[in-house]
Amino acid sequence: MIKKKECVAMLLAGGQGSRLYTLTEKTAKPAVPFGGKYRIIDFPLSNCINSRIDTVGVLTQYQPLGLNEYIGNGEPWDLDRVYGGVRVLPPYQAQKSASWYKGTANAIYQNINFIDRYDPDYVLILSGDHIYKMDYNAMLQYHKEKNAACTIAVLEVPLSEASRFGIMNTNADNSVYEFEEKPKNPKSTKASMGIYIFNKKTLFDYLIADEKDPKSSNDFGKNIIPAMLNSGEKLFAYSFNGYWKDVGTIQSLWEANMDLLGKNPKFNLYDRSWRIYFRNNPLPPHFIGKSGTVSNSIVTEGCEIFGAVADSVLFNSVKIGEGAVVKDSIIFPGSVIEPGANVEYSIVDSNSVISAGVHIGAPKENADGITVIGSNLKITNNMKIPIAAMVNENALSNFI
Amino acid sequence: MNAAGIIFSNLHDQRITELTRQRTMASIPFACRYRLIDFALSNMVNSDITNINVIAHYNYHSLMDHIGTGKNWDLARRTGGIKILPPYITAYANHDNALYSTRLEALKSVIFSISHIQEELIVLSDCDVICNIDISKLIKYHIDSSADITMVVKSVNLSSYIDENHIIVKSNNKKEITDIITYPVDISGPQDISLNIWVIRKDLLITMVNDALAHGYVSFHRDIIGKNIGKLRMQVYNHNEYSAVISSFNNYYATSMSLLSNPDIRRSLFEIADRPIFTKVRNSAPTKYVGSPLITDSLIADGCVIEGTVDNSILFRGVKVGQGATVKNSILFQDTVISNNAYLNCVVTDKNVVIREGVVLSAHQTMPIHIEKNKMI
Repeated sequence: MIKKKECVAMLLAGGQGSRLYTLTEKTAKPAVPFGGKYRIIDFPLSNCINSRIDTVGVLTQYQPLGLNEYIGNGEPWDLDRVYGGVRVLPPYQAQKSASWYKGTANAIYQNINFIDRYDPDYVLILSGDHIYKMDYNAMLQYHKEKNAACTIAVLEVPLSEASRFGIMNTNADNSVYEFEEKPKNPKSTKASMGIYIFNKKTLFDYLIADEKDPKSSNDFGKNIIPAMLNSGEKLFAYSFNGYWKDVGTIQSLWEANMDLLGKNPKFNLYDRSWRIYFRNNPLPPHFIGKSGTVSNSIVTEGCEIFGAVADSVLFNSVKIGEGAVVKDSIIFPGSVIEPGANVEYSIVDSNSVISAGVHIGAPKENADGITVIGSNLKITNNMKIPIAAMVNENALSNFI
Repeated sequence: MNAAGIIFSNLHDQRITELTRQRTMASIPFACRYRLIDFALSNMVNSDITNINVIAHYNYHSLMDHIGTGKNWDLARRTGGIKILPPYITAYANHDNALYSTRLEALKSVIFSISHIQEELIVLSDCDVICNIDISKLIKYHIDSSADITMVVKSVNLSSYIDENHIIVKSNNKKEITDIITYPVDISGPQDISLNIWVIRKDLLITMVNDALAHGYVSFHRDIIGKNIGKLRMQVYNHNEYSAVISSFNNYYATSMSLLSNPDIRRSLFEIADRPIFTKVRNSAPTKYVGSPLITDSLIADGCVIEGTVDNSILFRGVKVGQGATVKNSILFQDTVISNNAYLNCVVTDKNVVIREGVVLSAHQTMPIHIEKNKMI
């Protein structure tokens, strides 16, 4: 017998994240490393458990292997519950049909049975590509107070950037009267964060209706929300004031990592009342040798530093050789920067080697973009890697 | 693996009272993020020994907190897994109100639990030995040499005055034990010392403990091993990769510091493929370096925020080093706070110690000072 849950979270983690290029070639975007020891998905998962929501369905589709393995039984997030916990939900074959998740709404539609097992009153929809700390429970209280059919978390953005977002136009009481996807002339600066709380029954009704419409693109922003507004449902905007970053591009991923640095960082990982949980590796502490220097950076377990590291984020087991320089860069797990190599304004993916003496990237001031080195590559002296290049296995031969 | 493990968590506590006042030998912190028991546990788990009993005696709260369900060592299991065996005292039979003080008495108190072990062999280990040993090889050696008892030893060159806590094992060219010296006096030169890890048949262990009970024996080495030389087949097994036996506070300090000066020690403990050392997960954020602090020759755990100078030191999880502060030749346990402009040299701070602004504490490498848990200086 399954106990009733008040709220079930559904985390959309199937996106390909194609604007992260080589970083998501073999990994789903939510499994992309972030901030020294995390994956992007650790943030929504930790927010769930910190908000006392212990039932989470993770909808996977693109390159799910790494993500499935990472989530496992959910133990790192305390989501290995007897009732509830985390469940990975890939698309499946049913008696009448088998189909991929066609859109965000369709992904939830295909898992109506999963949600119904817990008989929740509310369904929280999340996406797996944002870095933020948020109390979903506070949002749920707001949703209940407003007696809303759907509550959408919104963030104030500068008017100049509003046309990049889905914008909620609201009345004085924060009820939504209009939703505009990437408006040319925005009327409001309340951008949707892609976080929704629905009353379960209302959500199911609209999902079922949406599924019957062959012209629909089965998307929450494009179809479900406008349909609800058209029918006069009560939709409310819930204002969020904290740090929130969509890490969908190389540039924003780099920026979000850099936002962790400094004495008073834009995003604080050291708040013990709102810990971010992650799957741990059994690795020794990091070592900084005599010749090593580290300034304004984040370093984690298994690293060995004999070179100069500045304004950078190092993931676990990164080795920096003597005389090597790493500046304004992000080095993913297990990569080696050999002695005398120079890495500036770059992202180096997992388990790659930058050979002795090789120079990658350029000073941030002079570079017109971030140089990205894919995983499991060895960059040697005979290669010429242009500044701001995206280097993966296939492209490697072009640079010799 | 047809072997179970028994770990003694409290033996030798009295050798290092500074650190065992509020914890067991097993839960002494070591190398930034580990506790001494992590080595014994990981060695067993890495050799597929997954039925492990930990014998606890007193002040084992920190140990229970560390082990939890055992999931960090993959020992949260339906069959086997980890079990803590606290002292077994029945209200009516406890005439002399005595807890055990020796290994043999410890075994007596849990003989009932041992008799329920299904495995044929038992690996016994103390917590004062730091090593990364392949126990499956040890067991293979034990079986191949048809031994009754196999004892792990390390060849060392003893200097006569300092090593009174070591047990010296003599063996012949067939590696058979010929003598055990429990209280060595004035012995120096090349010797084999016990690493306090044994393999023994379960039924033999039970017979021996019962026999000792009947005769009132108390010492495992003297009364069991010593009295059976020539009667039982007792072998030594040489573990000649790195190992250290923690025998005093100074020795703890020196062993910790050797991790900094010798990268080979770090590799032989922590970087052997397929033999990681597991420990309790604390979910610390990574360590953040603010500004341009000067860091040299130091091992640093996660969750630290460092703004000051750190040289030749070991920082555990969650340590804060303020601006203008200097930490040299020191070991800072979990959540130590070094305020701005403080100066530390050769200091071991226990958990949650706070060193206030501008405080200067300096000792010598041969006589480091220990600051008790939760103290503010």
